[in-house]
Parts: sequence; C-alpha cells; structure tokens
Amino acid sequence: MTGDTRTDCSGVRNVIEVEDLTKVFGTITAVDHVSFEVREGEIFGFLGPNGAGKTTTARMLTGVIPMDGGSVRILGHDIRREPVRAKQRFGVVPETSNAYVDLTAWQNLMLMGDLYGLDRARAQGRSHDLLETLGLYERRDQKVQGYSKGMRQRLILAMALLHEPELLFLDEPTSGLDVQSTQMILSLLRALNADGTTIFLTTHNMEEANRLCDRVGIIRSGKIVAIDAPEKLKTAIDRVHRIEVSFDREIGGDLLSGLAGITGAARTGDKWQITAENQDTAIRSLVSFSRQEGIAILTLNTLAPSLDEVFLRLTGEERS
Amino acid sequence: MNPAGTSEQVRRAWAIAKKDIRIYYSKGPVLIFGIFMPVFLFLAFFMGGRQLPLAFLLSGLMGMTLFFTSTAVSPAIFPWEGQARTLERLAACPITTEAIVLGDMIASILFGIGVTAVTLLIALALGLPLLHGIVLGSAVLLAACCFSAIGMLLAVPPTNVPSNIMMLSSLLKFPLVFISGIFVPLEQMPAWGLLLAVCSPLTYFTDLVRYSFTGAHYFPVAVEIAMLALFTLVFTAAAMHLHRRTMPRRM
Repeated sequence: MTGDTRTDCSGVRNVIEVEDLTKVFGTITAVDHVSFEVREGEIFGFLGPNGAGKTTTARMLTGVIPMDGGSVRILGHDIRREPVRAKQRFGVVPETSNAYVDLTAWQNLMLMGDLYGLDRARAQGRSHDLLETLGLYERRDQKVQGYSKGMRQRLILAMALLHEPELLFLDEPTSGLDVQSTQMILSLLRALNADGTTIFLTTHNMEEANRLCDRVGIIRSGKIVAIDAPEKLKTAIDRVHRIEVSFDREIGGDLLSGLAGITGAARTGDKWQITAENQDTAIRSLVSFSRQEGIAILTLNTLAPSLDEVFLRLTGEERS
Repeated sequence: MNPAGTSEQVRRAWAIAKKDIRIYYSKGPVLIFGIFMPVFLFLAFFMGGRQLPLAFLLSGLMGMTLFFTSTAVSPAIFPWEGQARTLERLAACPITTEAIVLGDMIASILFGIGVTAVTLLIALALGLPLLHGIVLGSAVLLAACCFSAIGMLLAVPPTNVPSNIMMLSSLLKFPLVFISGIFVPLEQMPAWGLLLAVCSPLTYFTDLVRYSFTGAHYFPVAVEIAMLALFTLVFTAAAMHLHRRTMPRRM
C-alpha cells in the first residue's frame, strides 16, 4: 500500500509534503501558508513558542482538523482526499493522554487493533511486546484511570505503535514526565528511527530536539522562520563566530589577531576568546600557528549558540 | 485490505460499538435508568384512573422503553469523548466519521432492543397474546435504528458539555412522547394532534406494537413500516452528514 511520493534532490523520499498550509480561526491566521517536507527516515522537530501554530499544524497533518488552504500529502496520500489510507500508515501520540480511562491497557490496545484492522493474533502479539518494552505488561489488566501520567503516556505510545506505522507524529511526548518515562520514550524513539520509522516531533524542549532531531523547523506566528539541521541553524544564526582557546604558555593577543580568518582576540582568564568570520579558517590558522610556534593547544571550543538561543532569536524578533 | 472499503469500515464501526457498550452502557445507573424510567411513566398513567386497556398501555410502555433507551446514552457519547479527548484519538485513526456514528448507533440499537425485550417479557407475563411476532420483531428493529439515529442527531451540536446535550435531548424527547399516541389513543386525538403525531416515528412504532398484540391499528401496517424505514434512512444520513461537519469543532 504505497502512495505516490516525491523524492528530493538526494533521492530520499518525502513522507510528508506540506504546501501553503493555512488555518484561520475567526480573524486569526493560526497557520499562514506553511510549506515544508519531511524526508523518509529522519526525525523532524517542529518547534515554536506557545500559540505559534505547532499543534494546529500537527492536527491538520494528521487529519484531525480540516485545513482552510494548501495541501498535505502523507506517504503519498492527500490527507483530504484519502484520509483513511493516510491514517492507516501513521501513528499519533498527542500531548495529552487520550487512552480510554475506563478500559484497561490491554482493552485499549485491542480497540486500537480493531480500528487499524489488525487480526486478533497480531494485535495480541504486538500488544504483549510493546507493553513489555514500555514496562506496562504487569499492569495490563488495570484500568487506565489508575495509571500515572508517565504510564499513560507510555500506553498511548504503545497504542500509536501497535500497527507498526511508517511515520509517527508526537506532540510534546515527554512534557511533564518523570526521568524514567522520559528516557524510556526517548530511547524507544531512537530505536524506532534506527529501524526506519520517520518521526515528526512537536516539542518545546530544545535539548530534546537538539539531541534527537536530524532537522528542525521553527514556526513563529503561524509562519515557518527556519528549517535546517540543528547544528547548521546554530552556526548560521551568528555571522561572527566565537572560539575559545588556551595554550600551554603566554601569547600576545596581537599575534592571534593577525592570523587569517581571525577578527579579534580577547583574554578571558587563562583563555583567549577569538572572534572569526569563518570558523573553519580560524581553527586551521590556530592549529598552524601552534605548530609553527611550538605551542601546545590545551583546549579549543567553538562557542556556537545553543538551540535555545537560536529559538529565542528566531521567535523573538517580532517582539524586539 | 482496503482500510477505506465499506466492509472494513463496518468492522471498525463494530469495534466502536463494543467500546461503547463496555464503557457507557454496561453501567448500573444507565441500565437502571433505561428500565425504570419507562416503568415509572407507565405506572403513573396506569394508576391515573383513566381506565385505558392494558394492551394499549403496554404498547405505549414498549414504545417508551425503546425510545428512551435508544436515545438515553447516544447523545452524550460525542460530548463525553470530546471532553476526554478520546474523540481526537478516534479522529486520528483510520475510521470515517460515518463509521464512528454507525458504531455509536449499533451500541444504542443493541441496548434499546435488550431493554425492550424485558418489557416484552413483562407484557407476555401479564397474559397479553402476541398475535404478529414478525411484525413486532421488524418494528422493534427498525424503530431501534430510527431512535438511535435520533439520539445521534441530538449529539450534533458541537458542545463538549454533556449536560447541555442532555437538556436539549429532554426538551425534544418528552414532547415527542406526548404526541405519539402513547397516552392518548390516536383515535381520540384532535386533528391538530394527529397532524403532529404523523411527524413522529414513535407514533408508527407504538401503533405497530398495538397491532402486534391486539390486531388493531390506526394506519396501514405497510405504511407504518415504510414510514419507520424512511425516518431511519433520513435521520441516519443526516446524523452522519452533520457529524462529519461538526466533529472537527469538538477538537
């Protein structure tokens, strides 16, 4: 069951194709002509401040709410024209647990099995494995209303994975969870991705996005303001790069400032903070300089902005 | 497997029905309401000193039982699920809105028929002869479908506050009982009353039940069956169409 999917220039298939996606609530344009692609096998982080349009976008992508304009193709299926076929191939983990609290974990999973058209033997086998993996098997016959938040979140992840989807949508999957549940979920996501599952992750957690995502898209006031790999975003945001370096003996600042690619050098304690327009050229110059002068480099760190800083810079521009 | 195919969607609707029965119908208060509510209404009229024949009152009791039980829970399921966010879970699953509505209707139909069977047993225990069993069976099945569709129509306003829907539901259900020949025989109704009665599917069901037990009827049996089928089709189609439009507004 494959849809008609396009590939990018590197030959990788796009599993999500969004063009001019728009959603209007009254007089407010919550999502404003958003376009992006998510490639097969990647973890794509969708970041933005509260009210930026992240969850609205994710809900339109998953066919939960209708779009007012644009188009969305999921695994080659137009979500408006073929919603059932598209939904059959992805799983959704929303921010708030939405398992049936009056049912047991096992009954919830069997219901999902029925809704995804799985035969009973396969549904039972998958449920057993997932509950074991997520540490819920012993509590499988307990009603969900007795579960902690972490257990509920793990259960809805199991419910989303029951039919072995090719694509997984997650909305703040670890928000407010204990360390154990967070680690369990993150390690499962990594393992799923390693096995080929594409992941679309909506999150506030920059550290999580930084560690998990191959690419991130940042949305502000309903518009995409940046899409790239986290490291590229970090380096792209500052035209002037900073490098922190220390040597095994004293060096004059004028010597460092004169090196190729270096625009300035300032002493901070026992280190030098170098400013450079081109990070790569500056590092090469520093290494050549140390070799020529017979000076050992003790430490060398590139001081790229954190993803937090990138996020704040890109999403705060409107306010500044 | 074509997940969007009719047979697959019907299977998934059955999964919804099983879930509804487990969560919403198999609860003590719901069962008690379903059985006691019509019984109390019946007793109120039976002891009211109007000297109506038992066969007439029991026909009315069956009509009320099926009507109240088939519409007791179904109007509140969408608001409950919207409130608990489980509706969002269903919306993200490969199941159409029509299949969700059908699933809710199936649960409601089974509940209505189950409780009405108890009333039928009471009628038989009181010595009422069942003259036309097939007509009664067909009428119960059709009316259960029709009333369940009414229940789903009552759930259309996109509110996630169940009490709002239940209030609206009571506002529509009680007047319908009074215009449907349950407490006042159709023969004794004024012209304006009859005009209202023909607009209510409950009228045809009650008259069919009366025919099944006594052989007497007001409208031709075939017309009554056809009217119930027509109401069922129209209400079901309307419920499915309207829920498809309003469901996203519950998210």
